[in-house]
Amino acid sequence: MSLSVRDVVVTYPAAGGGVVTAVDRVSLEVARGEVVALLGPSGCGKSSLLRAVAGLEPVVAGDVRWDGESVLDVPVHRRGFGLMFQDGQLFVHRDVAGNIAYGLAGMPRAEQRDRVAELLELVGLEGYERRSVATLSGGERQRVALARSLAPRPRLLMLDEPLSALDRNLRERLAGEVAEILRRAHVTSLYVTHDHHEARTVADRVGVMIAGRLAQLGAPNEVWGAPASPAVAEFLGV
Amino acid sequence: MTTTAAPPEVAAPRVVRRQASRLHLGALGLGVAALVPLAFLAVFFAWPVGTLIARGFVTDGALDLSGFAEVFARPRTQRIIGQTLLQATLGTTAAVLLGVPGAYVLYRVSFPGQRVVRALVTVPFVLPTVVVGVAFRSLLAEGGPLGFLGLDGTLAAIVLALVFFNYSVVVRTVGGMWARLDPRATEAAATLGASPARAFLTVTLPALTPAIASAASVVFLFCATAFGVVLILGGQRFGTIETEIWVQTTQFLDLRAAAVLSIAQLVVVAAALWVAGRARSARERALQLRAAHTAPLRLRRDAVPAAVTGVVVLVLLVAPLANLAVRSFHTPAGWSLDNYRNLATTGGTNALTVTVWEALANSLRIAVDATVLAVVLGVLVAVVVSRRPRSPGARRAIAGLDAVFMLPLGVSAVTVGFGFLITLNRPPLDLRSSLVLIPIAQAIVALPLVVRTVMPVLRAIDPRQREAAATLGAGPLRVFATIDGPHLVRALGLAVGFAFAISLGEFGATAFLARPDRPTLPVVIFRLIGRPGAENLGMALAACVILAVLTAVVMSLAERLRIDRTGEW
Repeated sequence: MSLSVRDVVVTYPAAGGGVVTAVDRVSLEVARGEVVALLGPSGCGKSSLLRAVAGLEPVVAGDVRWDGESVLDVPVHRRGFGLMFQDGQLFVHRDVAGNIAYGLAGMPRAEQRDRVAELLELVGLEGYERRSVATLSGGERQRVALARSLAPRPRLLMLDEPLSALDRNLRERLAGEVAEILRRAHVTSLYVTHDHHEARTVADRVGVMIAGRLAQLGAPNEVWGAPASPAVAEFLGV
Repeated sequence: MTTTAAPPEVAAPRVVRRQASRLHLGALGLGVAALVPLAFLAVFFAWPVGTLIARGFVTDGALDLSGFAEVFARPRTQRIIGQTLLQATLGTTAAVLLGVPGAYVLYRVSFPGQRVVRALVTVPFVLPTVVVGVAFRSLLAEGGPLGFLGLDGTLAAIVLALVFFNYSVVVRTVGGMWARLDPRATEAAATLGASPARAFLTVTLPALTPAIASAASVVFLFCATAFGVVLILGGQRFGTIETEIWVQTTQFLDLRAAAVLSIAQLVVVAAALWVAGRARSARERALQLRAAHTAPLRLRRDAVPAAVTGVVVLVLLVAPLANLAVRSFHTPAGWSLDNYRNLATTGGTNALTVTVWEALANSLRIAVDATVLAVVLGVLVAVVVSRRPRSPGARRAIAGLDAVFMLPLGVSAVTVGFGFLITLNRPPLDLRSSLVLIPIAQAIVALPLVVRTVMPVLRAIDPRQREAAATLGAGPLRVFATIDGPHLVRALGLAVGFAFAISLGEFGATAFLARPDRPTLPVVIFRLIGRPGAENLGMALAACVILAVLTAVVMSLAERLRIDRTGEW
């Protein structure tokens, strides 16, 4: 079971007519249970790629396949690809349990309750079920958001700068915890960040995106050890 | 986090169905949601109004513009257009001059009981025009408490009533902005040696200008299209284009003149709306705003605005309503409830064909139908218009849809009623004898306000909330129910209240369409004050009190349901 992105192109309409190419013929594979981080400066197209894989942006050219089968014609809600947003996007009119159980519609109540409790334990927020999301701290919100994304057991979990909104200390601590949770949950993940430290901590392999192109993809040691181009070296600061 | 081993997540393979088309349920649903109200608007607005306009241009199947020259050459037309512009200008100027101090006192500073006064100031805006006309008449007429001023039937009386209506528009629009202005700009001016007056003129006033311009253009629009209040207070001497359309149609049976006047009205209204739109966009990209900030009212510093506002509230707003309420208990035989008892009759010398209570029952039944129509259609429009699609084409289509559904705001209710009269009275659609015509016309009038109440609430939802729901497996319907739904419910209370209140008080279109045997309450009130006899006048006053109380109750219930103030009104 794996994700395969082939020559994907994503464009946006430009302000004065015409189009801006955000993602330019990017190809990559994510194996089952693997965590791949996409690293790059802001505006390099990494979030657009994530949104295209999720089905939130149309793919102009290329293909997105799961186990060899194209998912381009599968609507967002049937893809089984989870997406965790930078600011969590929790539903404020639901409590913590209501947020986490959102993707569990159709499951019997008792099972939903157990699953919510299990996930709260996984993210270290035992007993938070009835808390209003408005009362949570920034770090707690992102933990709930992560639990909510994991709850429906997505075949692929994508995380779009999940820790960027947090302050530096918390970000470094949480990066380790998120890496641990993703490994333990054994979930295939695509993790977007602009933070080098975070990418190294979380990922099995790191892809560097620059100006819409995937400039390099490999294990962290390879990427930092032998940057594929001067642009990559400059971005990584090596 | 935790050390307990979690079970390995085995991705349950979901049923993945390839879809034949990329046109998803969501887009399809939005298309249908847009088509239903569009079809309604086409049949019950574009067709009648378009036919009416065509009447001004076409005679015997040929384009003929001579009607314009002929109608505009009439001294009567020139007088009416002059009066419309004069009344609207005076009313707008007075409302702004009085409303700006009011905005300061009611929003920039704070004092005990401020909430009550704010609520009180809002009441006139939603009162039926007929009620306001009668209230001012009974205050200013010979024998009324202010009869000695000799203002009955004068331009001043009309302007006062227009200010009564629109004072709250200025106070709320300007006050909302003023409360959020950063006070440090004024403080900086003071440290640079500016007196309070100079600081106000050079710093505060320029910052408020977009809000004042926006309020003024809306007030001008309301004044220029005033109908019921001018019809009652203006008598034979004063009118607006709007009342003139009614007079030309119902008394002189000159449909061509009415059509030409409707077009003139459209031009005036379009100009006012254009200015309002320009001012609104200036207000939106406004200055440094912050959370509402108020300082306590200080009588020495704030003496002038406090005094102006006190006089306006007591003399202009409270006096007419209090006088109306008091006089409704007054009969030639002394104080009694007779006026209210008479509501069960058809009036002196059978002025009416039905009792006032029967008319009230008609009004309520029509208001329920009109509210259901306006809210269902308005919500559909708001849902579509609140989307921000990717493609520029779709964006333009949505902006166009938004503008199309604001049109009824610009086209007078009288024009709509008149348009119904000349189109829906013969095949293919003969609804003249049917009772649905009045609720439909009222729904058209209420539609823009419903859309403007609901749409900002939906637009405030972060689109990524819907995306988050979709990535969690929610289909379009579930996304709508669980993400839009909770926000929609909050906006719905106010929308229902607005639609119901508008329908209860609607007079312009209803005056055309109400059948003699099924009048609404405003129609009955208008008929009663046109008949001689103290008994009929007393009944009109009592009926006005009932209608005013009913409207106020509906609006206060609706305001209570409103949790935030995202809406524009």
